[in-house]
Amino acid sequence: MIFKVFKKKELAALYELLAVNAVVGPVRKGTDRHNQPLNDFARVYSFADLALDYSTTVHSPKRFVLPYRKDLARFTVNEQKWRKETDLDTERPVVFFGMHACDINALNKLDKVLAESVYPVSSYIRKRRNMFIIGLNCRPSPQCFCRSMGTDSVLHGYDMFLTDLGDKYFAEISSVTAFNFLQQIKCRDPGPGDERQYEAVTAEKTARFTTEVDTSDLTKILDLEFYSPAWDRWGRKCLSCGTCANVCPTCYCYGVEESVDLNLQEAHKTRFLYSCNLHDFAKVAGGHNFRPLASTRLKYRYYHKHRGFVEAFEESLCVGCGRCGAACLAGITPPEVIADVRGKKKCVHGREEKHDE
Amino acid sequence: MADTLSYLGVPLSRPRVAFFELTSCEGCQLQIFNNEASLLDFLSLVEIVNFREAMTEKSDDYEIAFIEGSISRRDEVEKLKKIRRQAKVLVALGSCACFGGVNRLRNRFHDLDWVKKEVYGDFPVDTAEVQPLEAQVPVDLKIYGCPIKKEEVERVISNLVLGKAVTPPEYPVCMECKAHENLCLYELGEPCLGPITRAGCDAWCPDNRRGCWGCRGPAEEANVKELEKIMRRYHFSREIIIDRLECFGGFAAYVDKLRAPGRHTHG
Repeated sequence: MIFKVFKKKELAALYELLAVNAVVGPVRKGTDRHNQPLNDFARVYSFADLALDYSTTVHSPKRFVLPYRKDLARFTVNEQKWRKETDLDTERPVVFFGMHACDINALNKLDKVLAESVYPVSSYIRKRRNMFIIGLNCRPSPQCFCRSMGTDSVLHGYDMFLTDLGDKYFAEISSVTAFNFLQQIKCRDPGPGDERQYEAVTAEKTARFTTEVDTSDLTKILDLEFYSPAWDRWGRKCLSCGTCANVCPTCYCYGVEESVDLNLQEAHKTRFLYSCNLHDFAKVAGGHNFRPLASTRLKYRYYHKHRGFVEAFEESLCVGCGRCGAACLAGITPPEVIADVRGKKKCVHGREEKHDE
Repeated sequence: MADTLSYLGVPLSRPRVAFFELTSCEGCQLQIFNNEASLLDFLSLVEIVNFREAMTEKSDDYEIAFIEGSISRRDEVEKLKKIRRQAKVLVALGSCACFGGVNRLRNRFHDLDWVKKEVYGDFPVDTAEVQPLEAQVPVDLKIYGCPIKKEEVERVISNLVLGKAVTPPEYPVCMECKAHENLCLYELGEPCLGPITRAGCDAWCPDNRRGCWGCRGPAEEANVKELEKIMRRYHFSREIIIDRLECFGGFAAYVDKLRAPGRHTHG
């Protein structure tokens, strides 16, 4: 790994170099009813629009590689013939400016399923290959439990990863492209002072985590607790609305529908993201529903994240970003559900509000 | 307009379609004439033989009947039964036809004579408790919404013509709202029935920063009990909850449970 250090004002210069491409980054999207900022990823047109001090965005950056709806194929139909056109989405490069470790780890996990599996998804791969990612160290908020999931730092999947050292950035460089760009701004090799400062900042970050999930032997415990009443307790709260899956950076389940245009001359095959918590997720031809209960659907969502994926890839599909819990109106959070399934009560800091019934 | 339809060389028949209204604002029928860009394609898929709001000609020879509005008078029951005898497919168009709609608010007054006196004074009218269509006749298909969404009607019509199944979403509005990456209205301090209301509107109201009023009725699984707790946690009063749930009639069964006995507004 190559490390560099540069003054804070150089970041704007780096932005200008990269901004010949489309730039996506964290922006202020609004404020909540307590006047706290709400952030999201969006196309950015000026360095000043970036909210680099952001805490976890409301929605994940997933849609930039896995849109909520996408036409997989378009068919032109006439009297006797039809022609299929596939848009492989050969897009121009997108620069992600300031992505936290959890979200980069999430993309790495999606790669395992959508890029490295037996059936790779071409549109996904093209978007992934066209990404230039500048990672950014974060300050954990109360919803974050990435440290428990081993995703509070990231080893690969970015071009450059920045840590804020007050008046300068400490940069980890992991691609030739990133190295070449840094040649064009004023930067230097880190000295011992920078290194001590970097270590102090990361240690301070680690100390800030307030939420934990006990993941030891979790696959086995989930197996043993298949009939735990905890599933019913949380299932009763579940609204079956799919919000958790939609804000999740790693939920990739989808459905496909075919439709014919009103003029009967065009047809579409469309992929849309779906959620295992929705009522008809496991409904099959003939109308039988394998998972008619909210509690069962909720359980299987946890099974996929924390058991099935671990057995397939030796790592959890959850990155601990806490978005699902923050977005869930019913206040269903992974730290609390997992603690309950393990037979422990869990106090999650900063979330008392949702439990003061 | 093409006289014959075909898809991939397979001939399709243009269904003979009629539109009727019972007690309603006729706004859903007006929606049929929206989306001008696709209106001609829409009209070429069907043969409209009866549509008081749009044409003079009237025929009782139709296969599909779209009925807007709820039943609020005895003569409407007769009209509805006559349509049912003729139509192969009877479609309830909009919230009034599906649930009774806004008209159903009248049912909260137990003493209808008092209501008539308040509204009509000394001019008595024949009026009864408001009912959705399926209280009197079997309904084959429901198109939800107040008003209906034209895009959904377009899908329904093209599926009917092509012989494909017509299925409204089972999931609630949240699913569509989140896919548009809206900020949750609860976070912004507004009540919303999105978590329990059937989707298909493409999150029309939340997209415009207005909380959902549940015009499309309950989703296949509607956890009203939990949403009631959530609304209280966000400091929305019982009356706000009941008002929202009651407005379009889709949640009438839940409102009856929520409203304590003896708390009716009058009667």
